[in-house]
Amino acid sequence: MWMGLSYVCWGISVVLALWMLYDWFKVDTTYSEDVLTSSREGELEAVSEKHRI
Amino acid sequence: MTAAVETGLTTTIHGDRVSLLRVLGPAHVWALGVGIVLVGEFTGWNFSADKGGALAALIVCWIVGLLYTSVAMIDSEVTSTVAAAGGQYAQAKHIVGPLMAFNVALFLVFAYTMLEVSDAILLGDTIVAKAGVEGLTHNSFIAATIVVLAWLNYRGVLMTLNVNFVITAIAYVSIVILFFSVSPWTQGAVLKLNELVTPGNALPYGWIGVIAAFQFGIWYYLGIEGTTQAAEEVRSPARSLPYGTMAGMITLLIAAAMTWYVCASLMPWEYLGITYYPLWDAGKLTGSPLLENLLFIATLLAALASANGCINDAARAWFSLGRDRYLPSWFSAVHPKYRTPYRSILFLLPIALAFAFIADLNQAITFSILSGVLQYTFMSINIMMFRKKWPLGTIRRGYTHPFHPLPAIVLFCLCMVTFFAIFLGFGSQLIAMTVFYFLISLWFHFYRYRFVRRGDQFSMPWPKPQGY
Repeated sequence: MWMGLSYVCWGISVVLALWMLYDWFKVDTTYSEDVLTSSREGELEAVSEKHRI
Repeated sequence: MTAAVETGLTTTIHGDRVSLLRVLGPAHVWALGVGIVLVGEFTGWNFSADKGGALAALIVCWIVGLLYTSVAMIDSEVTSTVAAAGGQYAQAKHIVGPLMAFNVALFLVFAYTMLEVSDAILLGDTIVAKAGVEGLTHNSFIAATIVVLAWLNYRGVLMTLNVNFVITAIAYVSIVILFFSVSPWTQGAVLKLNELVTPGNALPYGWIGVIAAFQFGIWYYLGIEGTTQAAEEVRSPARSLPYGTMAGMITLLIAAAMTWYVCASLMPWEYLGITYYPLWDAGKLTGSPLLENLLFIATLLAALASANGCINDAARAWFSLGRDRYLPSWFSAVHPKYRTPYRSILFLLPIALAFAFIADLNQAITFSILSGVLQYTFMSINIMMFRKKWPLGTIRRGYTHPFHPLPAIVLFCLCMVTFFAIFLGFGSQLIAMTVFYFLISLWFHFYRYRFVRRGDQFSMPWPKPQGY
């Protein structure tokens, strides 16, 4: 059972790693670098009160 | 409901910008802090008994508790004002300066990544120990731990910390169940503290053993300051961060006391100081299969929760460095759908895997502790400068810590004692890390800082500091 669990762990790791790589590629080719790196420190704090929680 | 939810989490939340998602509350802050730390009750703290005996492990439990209470109070005050991802990095940048900030960010990334590595190794070793199957290695379990948790972090902070809340709570409750299952109010039935800890063996190496025990006493609470990394993702930083952090610290003080009492009452200090699974062993020693299995599962859950929180925190620190161009701005990308620092998460993933496969548990733990204590030393200086440059009343604080400057002085003195303790056990690693930080500081000062947009990095709308 434990050896089987070990193989399942390898399988899950490979599948999820590949999924993350695929998603990374998809996002990077869909959006511009300017949009992806547009976050600014403090900005969220400055405008937060305008949002309804 | 937030604007982000209304738009299905697929578009930007503030105009054209993609920002981290502000969805967390005090319970998530608690889950992040306690989740990172609680594994220290399941392994780590007990090595202090090897350094100085069972009583030394209790003494450092309280004294290091004082250190971390100071950390939590100081951190709560500064972070309730500097509410930005990167936590202590953003604090250092605004209060001390860029070079200190760069170093603090590296302390954070090292402390959390090495702790994540330690957690994964612990989880793998625990499963292998339970299985007892020849030929079974821990590598597959380490890989699954790191990759699955990285995937969870990649997919969003809310689910990540919801999961952390549940598994941390289960692990914590298991300690409470163990404590009440052994009739703590009665000595002699199950617990034998008066036989195992006697005046003759309480401090086998005297007071120098107590000093040496500081090195592993840190493990009772290591990582509670990680709550500040969530500053940019909590709905109300000024309220949630102090609440979550202080509640987490109280929770941990109770857990540490219960853990010591049960373990020291069931195991002789010679064994307690070398076992990797003090609470799981305690479960076994009660003779109850239910408790044994409960503590086995709780050990795994605590390691998972800790690694999960560490991935979250290390990625935010790395992300913040990229956002200020202290590192290439490529690292500051936010996933437009999941609102996570996905490139930082992915970049740190193979590094964690590599260390987990090649490093040994003691080395990884020591690097994590060293980086943590360097960070705490900075915090004691940071709060003194913060109060001097912006005295009470000059800027709005979500929380004001009492008895200033006593907590800062206590924190600084205890950090010095801990450095001495680490030097006694791991002097070469301490020197190697100091040299590393010195060299990387030279690189930052003479090369990297030219790429930083100097005006943009100071984002807090504060008045000029006193004296400027």
